[in-house]
Amino acid sequence: MRRILLTLCLFWATSAYAVIETYQFDSAEMRERYHVFVKELRCPKCQNQNLEDSNAGVAADLRREVHRLLHEGYTDDEIYDYMVARYGEFVLYRPRTSGVTLYLWLAPAMLLALAIAVVALIVKRSRKQIDDTVVASDDQERLNQVLSRVQQESDKS
Amino acid sequence: MGRIKLFLPLALFAVLAGFFIKGLELDPRALPSALVDRQIPHFKLPDLDNPGRTIDKQAVLGSPMLVNVWATWCPSCAVEHAFLNYLREREGVNILGVNYKDNVDKARVWLSEKGNPYRFNVVDLDGRFGIDLGITGAPETYLVGADGIVHMRYQGPLDRNVWEQKIKPRYLELLMGTK
Repeated sequence: MRRILLTLCLFWATSAYAVIETYQFDSAEMRERYHVFVKELRCPKCQNQNLEDSNAGVAADLRREVHRLLHEGYTDDEIYDYMVARYGEFVLYRPRTSGVTLYLWLAPAMLLALAIAVVALIVKRSRKQIDDTVVASDDQERLNQVLSRVQQESDKS
Repeated sequence: MGRIKLFLPLALFAVLAGFFIKGLELDPRALPSALVDRQIPHFKLPDLDNPGRTIDKQAVLGSPMLVNVWATWCPSCAVEHAFLNYLREREGVNILGVNYKDNVDKARVWLSEKGNPYRFNVVDLDGRFGIDLGITGAPETYLVGADGIVHMRYQGPLDRNVWEQKIKPRYLELLMGTK
């Protein structure tokens, strides 16, 4: 009975991924900003996680920095600048629209334009082919007429 | 024209294969340092060797040097330590140590046991200077010119290959420049 109970306890276990850290904030608005930052900043050590999800030492340090900078009255842009100055554009999960990252932002639109152009070309070609077949059927009719005329003339003679 | 079109898929494949081969050689974890070609950030930190004294940036500039971020909790630092000793003793390289988020007592024991390759050692207890440098872990090494400009950053343990092939040529250039 005890074994079964213990086994059942296993089902009770849930996994928790959040990093356990408690920070005090002066206002709810500041807490909100903090959470936006730790979601949008990328951990430089474990590159596919944001600061919030990462347990790496440097991620913890950067969370602490974000907290400190917020309390020192830095604006959002200043905090992004602070991070980019140290870790490069790489740390931003939402890259800014300037310099090299412009390509990143424009690439989807350019690819879409390219795709539309290709589709348009294909459609235009297939239309032309239909036109060709229409012409061909006109020709066929004329050919039939000529043939039947020849037939009639040969019948007469 | 029709013939050439037939080779289009092959050409496309060749281009893709080229990218993939290049991709095999690249280390996806290697990040370009935001510090390269810029001044090393200002610091004023406690001296590991003389408790109570501080060392600032001005005190260490004047000749090309390596800035090496290390800690006793970092296994790769133990691996590279012997090579740092070699650099100091045989090649006379000027190394500034940044003892990163470490226990200073352990750090002093480490240096007395393994030898001290550092001209100066500063203590970065909370990792703030590490963040200013943009490090992601230890060890990391920066090549800094006499004027404080960062020329290179290497992540991971230094060894003879890395030194000879990547860092030394640039270091020698800097050394020539200051003379």
